[in-house]
Amino acid sequence: MSWSAETIKRAHDIVARYPEPRSAVMPLLYLAMRQDGYLTADGMKQVADLVGITPAQVQSVATFYVMFKTEPKGKYLISMCTSISCYLMGADDVLHAIEEASGVPAGEADDEIGVEHAECIGACGGAPACLVNYELIEGLTVEKAKELVRWLRDGKPETINGDELQTLFGSVTSFDWAIKEDNAAIGPYPAFPVFGTAAQNTDALEPGRGA
Amino acid sequence: MVYPLVVTKRMMEHPADSHTMKRYEATGGYVAARQSVGQTREELVELVKASGLLGRGGAAFSAGLKWSFLAPARPAYLVVNGDESEPGTFKDRQLMERDPHQIVEGMIIAAKANEVHDSFVYIRGEYPKPARRLQQAVADAYAKGYLGKGIFGTDYDLELTVHLGAGAYICGEETALLNSLEGRRGEPRIKPPYFPAAKGLYMKPTIVNNIETISNLPHIINQGSEWFAGLSDSADTGTFMMSISGHVNKPGNYELPHGLTWREVIYDVAGGIRNGNELKAWVPGGASAPWFVPELHLDRPVTKEACAADGSMLGSGAIIVMDHTTDMVGAAERLVAFFAEESCGQCTPCREGTTWLDMILQRVLNGAGRDADIDLLLDVADNISVGLGWPPKQTTICPLGPSAVSPVMSLVRHFRDEVEAHIASAPHSGGQGVAVSIRGIA
Repeated sequence: MSWSAETIKRAHDIVARYPEPRSAVMPLLYLAMRQDGYLTADGMKQVADLVGITPAQVQSVATFYVMFKTEPKGKYLISMCTSISCYLMGADDVLHAIEEASGVPAGEADDEIGVEHAECIGACGGAPACLVNYELIEGLTVEKAKELVRWLRDGKPETINGDELQTLFGSVTSFDWAIKEDNAAIGPYPAFPVFGTAAQNTDALEPGRGA
Repeated sequence: MVYPLVVTKRMMEHPADSHTMKRYEATGGYVAARQSVGQTREELVELVKASGLLGRGGAAFSAGLKWSFLAPARPAYLVVNGDESEPGTFKDRQLMERDPHQIVEGMIIAAKANEVHDSFVYIRGEYPKPARRLQQAVADAYAKGYLGKGIFGTDYDLELTVHLGAGAYICGEETALLNSLEGRRGEPRIKPPYFPAAKGLYMKPTIVNNIETISNLPHIINQGSEWFAGLSDSADTGTFMMSISGHVNKPGNYELPHGLTWREVIYDVAGGIRNGNELKAWVPGGASAPWFVPELHLDRPVTKEACAADGSMLGSGAIIVMDHTTDMVGAAERLVAFFAEESCGQCTPCREGTTWLDMILQRVLNGAGRDADIDLLLDVADNISVGLGWPPKQTTICPLGPSAVSPVMSLVRHFRDEVEAHIASAPHSGGQGVAVSIRGIA
């Protein structure tokens, strides 16, 4: 999909925040994922043109980081942590339950749901934990994980809200989350207003360099 | 037991709104930053040196001394490392989510101390919520004139940009982080010549500080270096945050004084072992730290000095506790698998060695172990870190490869019988076991 004038403007604003344009490659790759759902050759070419490097250089960056997806990962990407603390608290059983309930083996995706194992996601005090479109659920169980998959399949939520997920499917947390927030994720990329990848508050770009 | 709190005090006393500008300013916020912009580099560096504050990212180097090493060329940059990705560590996540203004204020102080006008926070991509909170705090600070042109009505300018990573543990290594922030693959640079203080971001002098280190700065400015040093009896001053996870009753982040014993931390602070189970072993300072066992270490003090004397480290302050039901070969495999997956691939001993260590551990776990596998593990490990000593020697650009050796050495040192039992239970333990990959690492 070609980028709208508004998205191009946002991209230029992001580039302007950095002393050197190339630093904007990673934020722009998130923006490209927002455009197409994953990183397409066209999307990476667009990023290359915006920061003045070659598409091959952009691809070399994109393929280094696990959160940049060069293939479709469905509308909801479930990243189940299997690192040490989650492993100790039964993460492998939870991952298998997610694979079984969704019919999607780890590392693969259908049109709706992608499943992957993740290395430590920083939720060790609330292990086992997973991310759905990078929003966190702590204190998962096998049963709750199956419910999560059914909820995604049947409910097809437009957006993912971390607090809602935690309330519905989570239990013990790493610390008191305390404050609810209404930002919501809409795809397999983190919701961050400044990059234009949040479902809400996308106008919250703060003043640019020298503004 | 109630311990004095510094960086978590506000969020404990005001859980509902500790992240807001209103609460932050109502509890003494931005007084320190306002004062600092009127102070000289020398004054601020000396103050932080005198406080004894050590970097909280794992290396525990004097923060003030690090600042004093910054090369004089300008522009220079301040980069704050919020890439926290060490298995077991989740303290910076809480600091970013629950008290983001403390970080913004700390960054203003660090920037002024180093005569920097451009600063960045690099937050791991898996932390969008902490990033959003910090971004909101940054926007609020710009709106108040605490960031941007002429901050606090002075002629001092400071830009602050929140930058999101994209899932790479190695970007917690400071030179890899700088490459990543430049829009490159997150591969560590060779030191020398690429010491950030001389050749950092865009090859310019750069200070890289950890989130917890930065969070302490406003308190040191407000209450003085003597107060901060006085919080501790050891050379390691102030308080420190521990992330406790695994088989304990009360996992979580705890801000603690230095010098408790491991028994106090595991049984009093973290509520003891789940289901009344027996403690088997714990990782004292992040996935790279050699394990401790109750017979040898339970009554040893939780200090950097004591950990070093016992052949391990406090590192990032992540304790991972394992009870008697734990399969130690499984635990070691999971730790090694992490490093195998997160190796950036530049150096052969790390790229190949960590993968082989993991495949050998997997086949032992899967009932295909061979009699020679313990020796083979040690041989591969020795090729990554020659001599298998502590602190580990490096054959690689950064310490990631040698980090994978720690769990293997801990396993063989303390639980060799468990490895042997796994191998003995294999149907053809003397024969040709097959390396089986369970998570696609091969």
